[in-house]
Amino acid sequence: MRSNARNYYLIPYLAWIALFVVAPIALIVYYSFHDIEGGFTLDNYAKFFTPVYLKMALSSFWYALLITLFSLLVAYPTALILTRTKHKQLWLLLIILPSWVNLLLKAYAFIGLFGTYGLANALLETIGIGRKQILFTDFSFVFVAVYIFIPFMILPIFNSLEEMNKSLIHAARDLGASAWTTFRRVIFPLTLGGVKAGCQAVFIPALSLFMLTRLIAGNRVITLGTAIEQHFLVTMDWGMGATIAVFLVIIMALIMVVTGQGRGSIR
Amino acid sequence: MNPAGKRAWSGLYLFVVFAILYAPILYLVVYSFNSGGTMHGYEGFTLEWYGEVFSDVRLLIIVLNTLVIALLSSAISTVLGVIGALAIYRVRRQQSRNALLSLNNVLIVSPDVVIGASFLILFTMIGLQLGFISVLVAHIAFSVPIVVLMVLPKLQEMNPSLLDAARDLGASGWGVLTKVVLPVIRPGIFAGFFMALTYSLDDFAVTFFVTGNGFSTLSVEIYSRARQGVSLSINALSTLLFLVTIALVIGYYLISLRNSRPAEGGQSR
Repeated sequence: MRSNARNYYLIPYLAWIALFVVAPIALIVYYSFHDIEGGFTLDNYAKFFTPVYLKMALSSFWYALLITLFSLLVAYPTALILTRTKHKQLWLLLIILPSWVNLLLKAYAFIGLFGTYGLANALLETIGIGRKQILFTDFSFVFVAVYIFIPFMILPIFNSLEEMNKSLIHAARDLGASAWTTFRRVIFPLTLGGVKAGCQAVFIPALSLFMLTRLIAGNRVITLGTAIEQHFLVTMDWGMGATIAVFLVIIMALIMVVTGQGRGSIR
Repeated sequence: MNPAGKRAWSGLYLFVVFAILYAPILYLVVYSFNSGGTMHGYEGFTLEWYGEVFSDVRLLIIVLNTLVIALLSSAISTVLGVIGALAIYRVRRQQSRNALLSLNNVLIVSPDVVIGASFLILFTMIGLQLGFISVLVAHIAFSVPIVVLMVLPKLQEMNPSLLDAARDLGASGWGVLTKVVLPVIRPGIFAGFFMALTYSLDDFAVTFFVTGNGFSTLSVEIYSRARQGVSLSINALSTLLFLVTIALVIGYYLISLRNSRPAEGGQSR
């Protein structure tokens, strides 16, 4: 029945794919082989493998890893507790609500919160630690990034917890497993799909954060994203920027292969 | 641990998570009423900053731009996304279907910096003036795959015999589409439109790349203002935006409640 009619819907859709998926990737690759004057070159790739860029890539990785790890540590218990509450859909909605507040506003709020006279420092002072420089440190960068990404980690984990057959938990408990064993041997393995999807949804954007590095980390942290932005919009060296983008895309593809198909993140 | 104690701990944990999630937003809201002019040391209540927002014509134009871009881009991308979902649904070969889906998902999983940079190259190459149109096109482009992903599951859930029945009863292709398919997948279309709207409103990175000099959206404007330091009119603006967000969410929640009831009834029949 489906095959009888010609699939005319494909025409506009394929046009969209060609123009906005295939062409941009091709252009990025094309530009990565060209220098600032437009001549063909492999210099960009050679430059990427110099210590300056490799160090940047490594530190970008390290921060993304930290951000993903902390997000997971906070999000998993939250998702687990959420599934056990009454009105869980409402609670979930409340968790997701802050993620609909514009990202820039949240970053801006942290400039106030973490400022020299902000709430965080006021708290530190009352408990006797005293004022600290919080803004423009690695800590503030990771904290704010985790803050921003947490809903994206909670959502897939929550969904996979919900999809899990609850009688398996009862079965494990009836067979004498402790709460921890049940979690380690039954719940966690069964929700691994959600965990992977969540890590994917956090790690890849974390690699390419560039606005937070400027507003919160005060240019101390340079991620791959910051470098791309710098090359495209400041130094106008599109070739080098494109080269970093190519590497970012390759890394992304690798991560997707490692953590399984990317489609899980949405469902 | 006894169940009551456990519940208390998990309640406390949830409370702390919620407190941290909402603290920055509340902080912004509270200080938007501060007459002191800074985000510390609350001095007194004032509506001065709200007055400043409403008398700032440039800012109001930017708000309007942002809304127009969001509504237009999500409407157009919803149409394109529904077409895309129908296209994928009709492809019979599993391999081609998976290939299409993978291509569809490229823009969802791509880092937004890469999307922004590649669109900047694309627009420069085809000679599109950076400004309203380039931002609109970029927003449409990155919203389409989200709509596809929201609509496609609804199509796959749809009972194919509905289509056969409609055909047997003499419905034309267009009739089947408008009378059967679209009503069935309506929740998916609404969800897709709403997601596209929030993606567009929230986007900073892609817009930042393709916006050029004369045109600005709220995210980009807040970024450039925040780099200059704290100004409480941003707080006032964010309070207003937060209220709009809550209103949108409540509206969406009500729509999804209304949508889910008949759907559940339909399944049980």
